[in-house]
Amino acid sequence: MKDISIRTQDIYEIRPPFMFRWEESQQAHVLLYPEGIVKLNETGGQILDLCDGQTSVETLIEKLAVKYCASDRTAVRNGILNFLEVSHGKGWIRTKA
Amino acid sequence: MAKAGSEPRLDGSGNPVWLLLELTYQCPLQCVFCSNPRNFADYRKDELSTAEWIDVMSQARALGALQIGFSGGEPTLRKDLETLVAEADRMGYYTNLITSGIGLTEARLRALKEAGLRHIQLGFQSTDPGVAKQLAGVDVWQRKRDMARLIKAMDFPMVLNVPITRQNIAQVPEIITFAAELGIEYLELANVQYYNWALLNREQLMPTRAELQRAEAQVREARQRLGDQLTIFFVIPDYYEGRPKACMNGWGAIHLTIAPNGDALPCSQAANFSHLTFPNVRQQPLEKIWHGSSVFDLYRGDAWMPEPCRSCDEKEKDFGGCRCQALLLTGSGGNTDPACSKSPHHHLIRQAVELAQHPTADGQLIPRHATSQGVNIETAS
Repeated sequence: MKDISIRTQDIYEIRPPFMFRWEESQQAHVLLYPEGIVKLNETGGQILDLCDGQTSVETLIEKLAVKYCASDRTAVRNGILNFLEVSHGKGWIRTKA
Repeated sequence: MAKAGSEPRLDGSGNPVWLLLELTYQCPLQCVFCSNPRNFADYRKDELSTAEWIDVMSQARALGALQIGFSGGEPTLRKDLETLVAEADRMGYYTNLITSGIGLTEARLRALKEAGLRHIQLGFQSTDPGVAKQLAGVDVWQRKRDMARLIKAMDFPMVLNVPITRQNIAQVPEIITFAAELGIEYLELANVQYYNWALLNREQLMPTRAELQRAEAQVREARQRLGDQLTIFFVIPDYYEGRPKACMNGWGAIHLTIAPNGDALPCSQAANFSHLTFPNVRQQPLEKIWHGSSVFDLYRGDAWMPEPCRSCDEKEKDFGGCRCQALLLTGSGGNTDPACSKSPHHHLIRQAVELAQHPTADGQLIPRHATSQGVNIETAS
C-alpha cells in the first residue's frame, strides 16, 4: 500500500477481504482476513467501528473526542489520523467511492 | 501487509481460535506430497454427517474459535459443503475453503458465494502441465487454471498455494507471472513440509540449496517489481533454516483439527501418533476434549520440554518446534524438533539436506494411493 495522508472530508470503509466485528469471547473488536486475525485495542476498535462507509474522518474525530471528553483535541486528532494511516497502509480500510 | 497463512496476533486465552475441518480424505488427485494420513482410505465409511459437523462448528464457536477452514482431502466432494459454509458464516466464523479446485463448478462457486464463503485457497502445482501431472498424479492442469480464473472472475479473495519441490522450483518466475496476470491477491510458495506422502518422497522432492537461493532471489525481484499488486510469501523449508517452526503456535494452544471421522487433533498431522487414542467428537463434548483430555495436554505449555528446549531462550517463540516431526524423525514426540540446530538429532536433518544436494535422476515418486496399512518407512535412528 502506498503512503497517503488522510483527508478529513473522506469517508472510510473496511476493505474486503477484511471482516470487522466485535468478538464476545475476546471482549474486543477483531479483524478477520484470509487465514489471519488481528485483535484491536479499545481505541483502534472504536476508530475502525466508525470506518462504516458513512462517517467522515472529521465526524469520526469529533465523535471520539466527545466520547473521551478529550481536552486536547489536537492530540486526539493526530492519534486518529495516525491510526487511519497505518490501517490504510495495512490494507484494512479504503475510501468510500 | 499482513501475511496470509501467518499466525494470528492474538492468543485464544487457552481456547481454540482456529478450527480446521477435514471433511473427507477422499480426493481425485494423487499428490506425491499429500499430507493426509497414509491410511486415508480407512476414514471413508466413518465420515461425520452434516448434522455432526454443524454441531462441532457450533461447539467450537462457543469455545471462541474465529477462523474456520474447510479442508480435506478434497472438501468439495462433500455435497453438503454449501450447507456447512452457510452455517459457519451464520455462526460468525471467517470461512476459508482449501481446495484443489477439482470438484468445483461455476454453479457451486456461486452457491458458495451466496452461502457466505469469504476466501478460497487453491492448490496449484505448476505452470508446466507435465510437471503438474508429475506432482498431482493426474492431468488436471487445465481445469485448475480455468478454476483459478473463475474464482477471480467471481471476485473471491484468493491465495494460490504452490507447494514447492525440486520439480517445480525452476518455474517460480512463471508461477509469479501467472498469479500476477490473474489478479490474485496472495501467492504462497510454500516449500513442502515432509510428512506422510511427502516424507515418503522426501529424497526426490527436496530442492538443493542452490535452487532455493535462486528462487528466493527471483521472489525478491518480483516483489520489488510488482509492489502491492501481489503479495508473495516464500516459506523456506525448516530443513534449511536451522531453526524449528513455531508449529501450530504450540500443541493444544490455538489450533483444533477435526478428522473426517470426528477425531479431534491438535494438528492435522497428529494422527502420526498412532499409539495415542484421540478423543472423538461423537463421544465427548468439544470443551471436555480441549480442556480435559490427556492428548491435548500431552505437549501443552512447556512442562513436557526436554533439554535443550527447557533452558532455551527461544522456547516461547518456537515452542520446541513440531511434535509430529520430532516423532517421525527421532521416534519420540517429546524430543526437540530435529530441525533445530541445537537438537541432538539435528544430524538427521543435515543428512537429508546433504542427500538432497546430489539428486539422482532415476528416483521414483510414489503417488498418494489407498492402502489400509499405510506404508512403512524407516525414519527413526
